[in-house]
Amino acid sequence: MKKPFKRGMLHGLPIALGYFSVSFGFGIVAMQSGLKVIEAVIISLTNLTSAGQAMGVAIIAAGGTLLEMAATQLVINLRYALMAISLSQKLDDSFTTPHRLLAAYGITDEIFAVAAAQDCKLVPSYMYGMISVAAVGWVGGTLAGSVANMLLPVSLTAAMGIMLYGMFIAIIIPPAKANRKMLCVILIAAALSCIFKYLLPAVSVGFAIIISAIVASVIGALLFPIDEEKEETAK
Amino acid sequence: MSIAIYILVMAGVTYLIRMLPFTLFRKKIKSRFFKSVLHYIPYAVLSAMTFPSIFYSTGNTVTAAVGTVVAVALAYFKLPLIVVSVAACVAAFVTGLFI
Repeated sequence: MKKPFKRGMLHGLPIALGYFSVSFGFGIVAMQSGLKVIEAVIISLTNLTSAGQAMGVAIIAAGGTLLEMAATQLVINLRYALMAISLSQKLDDSFTTPHRLLAAYGITDEIFAVAAAQDCKLVPSYMYGMISVAAVGWVGGTLAGSVANMLLPVSLTAAMGIMLYGMFIAIIIPPAKANRKMLCVILIAAALSCIFKYLLPAVSVGFAIIISAIVASVIGALLFPIDEEKEETAK
Repeated sequence: MSIAIYILVMAGVTYLIRMLPFTLFRKKIKSRFFKSVLHYIPYAVLSAMTFPSIFYSTGNTVTAAVGTVVAVALAYFKLPLIVVSVAACVAAFVTGLFI
């Protein structure tokens, strides 16, 4: 049995590689939204989340209000609250409040999935090992993407603006293919978002996204409530 | 407005969402409705963020549309994230060469 910190680092390695490629796309989008490299890097270091950061950058670029920023982050990242509750039931007694305050920073979809799949109680050093490696991948990818956006020709970086969205498509299409209910929710969300964009342009981008997402999810929850079984595999 | 204040609000809210339940919450969520909403929300958010914004992500709707079609097709066959993403970028770039 390896030391928990080292084991955490090993488990964090594949996560870090995946994060690097996603945050590379984030770095590109951040630069194209007019941010500085240091700002993009600080956002990645302090937020450690993809959709929330992409939304945040869009709001900064559009000159949105702080209320809009807070509301979108709350809705987009609400799933972490559920993951945090779930993980909190698995913590070892050595996970005291100071450790919880620190480790809470690193609750992401992937880290949650790996940590939740462990068949032993979670100790702080294991979480720190995994979170530190994953965060290095996330911040490093952001830096690489930001710098690439400055060095590469515009014809190439313009095309790279689609990378982050390509990732999002790769995340939503497989569950939509496997499950018609999920497909329905995804189509409603996309349709509402288009309606806001083209018919209700007065609604700012952040609110348009969260209203679209909440309405689609509530319709989904009313029409197709999930089974208790499925909840275990929910992301 | 200062970007630092934006980042502070963004990071603060995101941290509190993770920290408060992780440190304070000791019960399980029982409501099936609320669990269902939480199950659907990440995908609904990504979908609303992607459409229609993806069509404006390359500065040219034609190259972006080609990239989108390639991404959806490859994602349909469950190719890894990075493959889907890079292929969409390459498709948009190559299309741009012909316009």
